[in-house]
Amino acid sequence: MTEMLIQARGLTKTYGDFVAVDGIDFDVAKGESFGFLGPNGAGKSTTMRIIGATSVRTSGTLTILGKDPEVNGPQIRAHLGVVPQQDNLDNELTVSENIFIYGRYFGLSSSFINKKIPELLEFAQLEEKKDTKVEALSGGMKRRLTIARSLVSEPDILMLDEPTTGLDPQARHILWDRLFRLKEQGVTLLITTHYMDEAEQLCDRLIVMDRGKIMAEDSPAQLIKTYSTKEVLEVRFGSDRNQEMVEVLRPLADRIEVLPDRILLYATDGEQLLEQITAKGIHPNTSLVRRSSLEDVFLRLTGRSLVE
Amino acid sequence: MTSNAVALSERRLGKFGDKYFAGRPQQVLLRNWLSFKSSAWIAVVSGFLEPVLYLLSFGYGIGELVGNISTPGGDISYAAYIAPGLLATSAMNGAMLDSTWNVFFKLNESRLYKAMLATSLGPLDVALGEIAWALMRGGLYATAFTIIIAGLGLVTSWWAILAIPAAIIVAFGFASFGMAITSFMKSHHQMNFFEIFLLPMFLFSGAFYPLTVFPGWAQAIIKALPLRQAIELVTRAMNGEFGINILVNFTYFLVMICVGLFFTTKRLNALFMK
Ligand SMILES: Nc1ncnc2c1ncn2[C@@H]1O[C@H](COP(=O)(O)OP(=O)(O)O)[C@@H](O)[C@H]1O
Ligand SMILES: [Mg+2]
Repeated sequence: MTEMLIQARGLTKTYGDFVAVDGIDFDVAKGESFGFLGPNGAGKSTTMRIIGATSVRTSGTLTILGKDPEVNGPQIRAHLGVVPQQDNLDNELTVSENIFIYGRYFGLSSSFINKKIPELLEFAQLEEKKDTKVEALSGGMKRRLTIARSLVSEPDILMLDEPTTGLDPQARHILWDRLFRLKEQGVTLLITTHYMDEAEQLCDRLIVMDRGKIMAEDSPAQLIKTYSTKEVLEVRFGSDRNQEMVEVLRPLADRIEVLPDRILLYATDGEQLLEQITAKGIHPNTSLVRRSSLEDVFLRLTGRSLVE
Repeated sequence: MTSNAVALSERRLGKFGDKYFAGRPQQVLLRNWLSFKSSAWIAVVSGFLEPVLYLLSFGYGIGELVGNISTPGGDISYAAYIAPGLLATSAMNGAMLDSTWNVFFKLNESRLYKAMLATSLGPLDVALGEIAWALMRGGLYATAFTIIIAGLGLVTSWWAILAIPAAIIVAFGFASFGMAITSFMKSHHQMNFFEIFLLPMFLFSGAFYPLTVFPGWAQAIIKALPLRQAIELVTRAMNGEFGINILVNFTYFLVMICVGLFFTTKRLNALFMK
């Protein structure tokens, strides 16, 4: 049987009357890369903080490495690497000092940390910046440093809260590559994201969250299989005609979703569906056939888009 | 893989305060040293300069008008009369600089404590480390000030060397209390409270003249203020007056230290573990 590092049952967090996390259940196995996918305000960061033993749950049970974060906070934190949504690097220190002091906070010896620093700088591709003050780094570099810093204590679980939000595409791809390496090394990853491509790339298994609740849980491929069709045909008729076309198109597709600027038609074979439509004398301004994604899963589950 | 961090924190398992204290406040001190090494030294010097300027301008300026002051230990110059009070003020200033504005910044803007508390450090480690840093600054100011007054020939006995440990106790009390109050402050606006409080306390605590100029009720209020207690503690230590009075001053600061630490720890926990 696989070892469960994290077990949550009925995990709930309220702020006053507001329920931020609403009784969620999940298990994370050792070596797994586990994702929380959901839009802003879904309760992802709140869940991460509770797991990170820096926030106290309102109710439910939570076991991390066999312990309760409410009782054994510091012992649990000693096993975790935390990359929060907002970087909290030490701006007054240099890149290598940041890694050094962070290791010291964990009680690691200087010789241990100093041996690790070159390796972590290499991982973060920051060798040339090692004596630069953090303030002067770009967003992508800061993010990589935050991740490198969190690895200094060789954590059993690495928690990444929206690791690539706010980064440009190139910086994102570098970061994904780094995270992929960690995954290959068998580090247990916990990732929150509102990017479906990120979730698809990095997560073995994920939960789709919305308004504090779990809407679905599975591997990305299985989620798509369960909640969507193989392909999607996207058609545009111009904003005033979209609405009137919906009724004409509805019988043709397995399922139909209307977005402000386009109509999504779900089918096993998108090209074939497009042919059917044109055969009926309907000619959209633009059309595009693509594979179903987690975005479609989310749309199906909640009726809304992931990124508003 | 069992890392050192894990072993260390598990060794503390079940020990008193293991939820709040990892036993590593020195790492917080080390962090401040790393940041200080490359920081603006001018800020350090300017905080120190204030009491020195008072000593020079008042001590020698007004001292010229006042002449010698008679004390139980004999006649001394006005500059020598105000030196212990300014020394205590210098320790207070040093401690308050770090434990108020700098702590406020770390709490609210730089997210530094948040980062620290996401590791296996506890809030008491952060509180102790920050307070120790602030008190070191207070101690440094007081030591430099002692050297200056000794150089100016304003000390009368070897007991003056005790000014330094006395000033460190004073700095500890102010640092601890200052950080506790700062942790409850919500805006820059509220932080001005310190200035509003500190300046009158400095002017009326009898650093420049004896408290007997005030009516009895005012004297009682002033004697309850920490700077007055600090001045008495430092003066008595410098004069070698060891009795029940200095014990009272000492106890006052002990209480200030403990109350400050208690509330800082509690507040950090409430702020970052909610
Ligand atoms: N400290 C807090 N006090 C009050 N409300 C909060 C607090 N933290 C988060 N929330 C609310 O809880 C909800 C979930 O927030 P969060 O967990 O940050 O979502 P996500 O990370 O998925 O965007 C949001 O509506 C947010 O406004
Ligand atoms: Mg978030």
